[in-house]
Amino acid sequence: MTSCDFLAQQLLTGVANGMLIALIAIGYTLVYGIIEMINFAHGDVYMLGTFASLTAIQTIALPVPRRGELPPLETYLKLLGVLVFVMLAMALLNLLIERLAYRPLRRAPRLAPLISAIGVSFILVNVGLLWKGAAPVNFPNYIPRVDIFNEWFKLKTVVYFSTKDLFVIAVTLPLVVGLQLFIYRTKVGCAMRATAQDREAAQLMGININRTIALTFLLGGALAGAAGLISGLYNNTAVFTLGFRAGLNAFTAAVLGGIGNLTGAMLGGLFLGIISALSDGYIGARWTPAVVFGLLIVVFVFKPSGLLGQPSSQRT
Amino acid sequence: MVKRNFRDTRRGFVGKGAAIGAALGAAALPRAAFAAPATQMAESVKIVSALPMTGSSYGQTSTVVNGIRMAIEEASRMAGSFFVEFEAWDDATAAAGEWDAAKVAELANRAASDPNIMVYIGHFNSGAAKISIPVLNSVGLVMISPANTYPGLTKPGKGERGEPDIYYPSGFRNYTRVIPADDLQGAVGAAWAKTLNASTAYIIDDTELYGKGIADVFANTCPKIGIRVVGRDGIDGRAADYRAVATKIRAANPDVIYYGGITQNNAGTLLKDIRGAGVNKHFIGPDGIKEKAFLDDAGEDAEGVWSTFGGVPPSAYQGELADWKKRYHDFAGGEPEPYAIYGYEAAKVALDAIARAGVRDRNVVRDAVFATQNFTGLLGTWSFDANGDTSNTTMSVSRASRIGGKLDWVLQEILTAPA
Repeated sequence: MTSCDFLAQQLLTGVANGMLIALIAIGYTLVYGIIEMINFAHGDVYMLGTFASLTAIQTIALPVPRRGELPPLETYLKLLGVLVFVMLAMALLNLLIERLAYRPLRRAPRLAPLISAIGVSFILVNVGLLWKGAAPVNFPNYIPRVDIFNEWFKLKTVVYFSTKDLFVIAVTLPLVVGLQLFIYRTKVGCAMRATAQDREAAQLMGININRTIALTFLLGGALAGAAGLISGLYNNTAVFTLGFRAGLNAFTAAVLGGIGNLTGAMLGGLFLGIISALSDGYIGARWTPAVVFGLLIVVFVFKPSGLLGQPSSQRT
Repeated sequence: MVKRNFRDTRRGFVGKGAAIGAALGAAALPRAAFAAPATQMAESVKIVSALPMTGSSYGQTSTVVNGIRMAIEEASRMAGSFFVEFEAWDDATAAAGEWDAAKVAELANRAASDPNIMVYIGHFNSGAAKISIPVLNSVGLVMISPANTYPGLTKPGKGERGEPDIYYPSGFRNYTRVIPADDLQGAVGAAWAKTLNASTAYIIDDTELYGKGIADVFANTCPKIGIRVVGRDGIDGRAADYRAVATKIRAANPDVIYYGGITQNNAGTLLKDIRGAGVNKHFIGPDGIKEKAFLDDAGEDAEGVWSTFGGVPPSAYQGELADWKKRYHDFAGGEPEPYAIYGYEAAKVALDAIARAGVRDRNVVRDAVFATQNFTGLLGTWSFDANGDTSNTTMSVSRASRIGGKLDWVLQEILTAPA
């Protein structure tokens, strides 16, 4: 493996991981954009998304393919069903959280919903603990690992890009693009943007604020649920503490990209994934969190509102 | 957390119930009858255990606590003329999922301030012991560990600078362990790598005291026996994946990969990512991964993983040990995990020392524990040295193998560690 191959390999790893971070980061940014609240429970909704997909897969007793064997098309259709289920379930969960823990505090001082979010996060972590226990559990592998460069394109390279990495990108991209279209091309999306800019004015224009905010939480939850299934299938493991680190990473990505900005969250996620992979590769894994947050500080010194951040009145 | 604590309590009752039932049924009846009035007459002393009872170590540590209870029940809860009370404490928190520094400090202080406590059995993790030893040292309370293997806790020159003296501010020792330390286990791991014909190794640790310590020993042993270390990394046990590290391993192309650490720091995910990167070389780990939780998490990738252990695993118990396993089953139900027997042995040592001391004095009991010589226990006949280390050096290597479709740890070889 030459140093050039090594770099390419780490970049590819970073992109695949970054996509996953981006998907969660969008959930943070979406909520922040609308009500300027950091939803700390978001990472844990993602964790429960992984657990819910695992339980769904076990409930329908989806046969696990043997190593190197391609499962029948039926398996993938069922997985698609699981995806829809888990997106719906997590969307509803997020909606419920908003209704019970955040909406009553909408006019309270800024810190109140923040603390409430941390409380919800603890509750969800403990739900996860009771649900699957404390040990990491194995998430069965349904995505066969095929070396794309060598086997599909017959390139003689040691750089390894498998179908699993492709899978993450292939499932995440449409979700993100779909969300962008929804927000910028539909009437409801327009209502969301209006609410983000000026809640009172939007209300005067006849926009139902409560419904718009609820919709935002629905979307955020659905994305977290999707991320849960994708990460389960990609990393093949699930543990109740998953949400904290994922949430922290995603939150960092969202802030890095300029919180409230969808493209920024996407970019921040990719950036974070790549930086982490490079740091793991060239500096040492034990330094990665320090490197990531050190860079974050550097970015903020020169660009306090993040990479694509704008003054808060023109967000989203 | 609530559920787990509840389960533990219940299990404790089941255990006691079974023991009393057995006592009533057997010839031990008069003895049991005498034991009851003794509670009022005899002075009582207390033994506590501080082990993670929340989190994924629970499967392991609950059997350790059962081992301790079993030893105490078998002695009819008496040590010499003293009636022995036992309490099982939890040094973990649900939020951490493993031992927690603040909780450990709290327990150590609680033990220090309860004059009835004569022996403190704990901890499961060496990092936790590091916190509690100095606290207990200041009041002279002796600690017996059934599981800590980090060498620096007791052995001068085998750990960091200043160790182990920094843990003993009062100037005397108060910490012993019934399990051989990692300077032996790490060396056995390296020797096993050599047996597998390895000439290069890549070493990963979980940056915790135990994991890094044992990985250091492995790294230091390698050059002595002709293995070249081609890479060294420390991983963050909470990271989502280790693909970038796996790529580094692939680039270094070692013959063996050694992981110094515990299951709870994502060992399963690490292994999966290494295999996922197409690296199918030998993976060796210490006793920190030698548990069912690791096999459950790593899934089919776990097959063929090697693990060393400072003793003999329950599946290979013979003779007296097999009898013990049967008694354990009658007492607590189920099978003991590898450390259960060390809990039993630690409690035996504690009872013996309290009996020999003959007075309710922490300093005398501590000296009695350290004076344990030619102790005939289940682990053979062994002694504590001046550092509080056992003279026992029996080690074993196991392999994760498929038995009837399920993965389990299968004993490969029993060896004696090089002195």
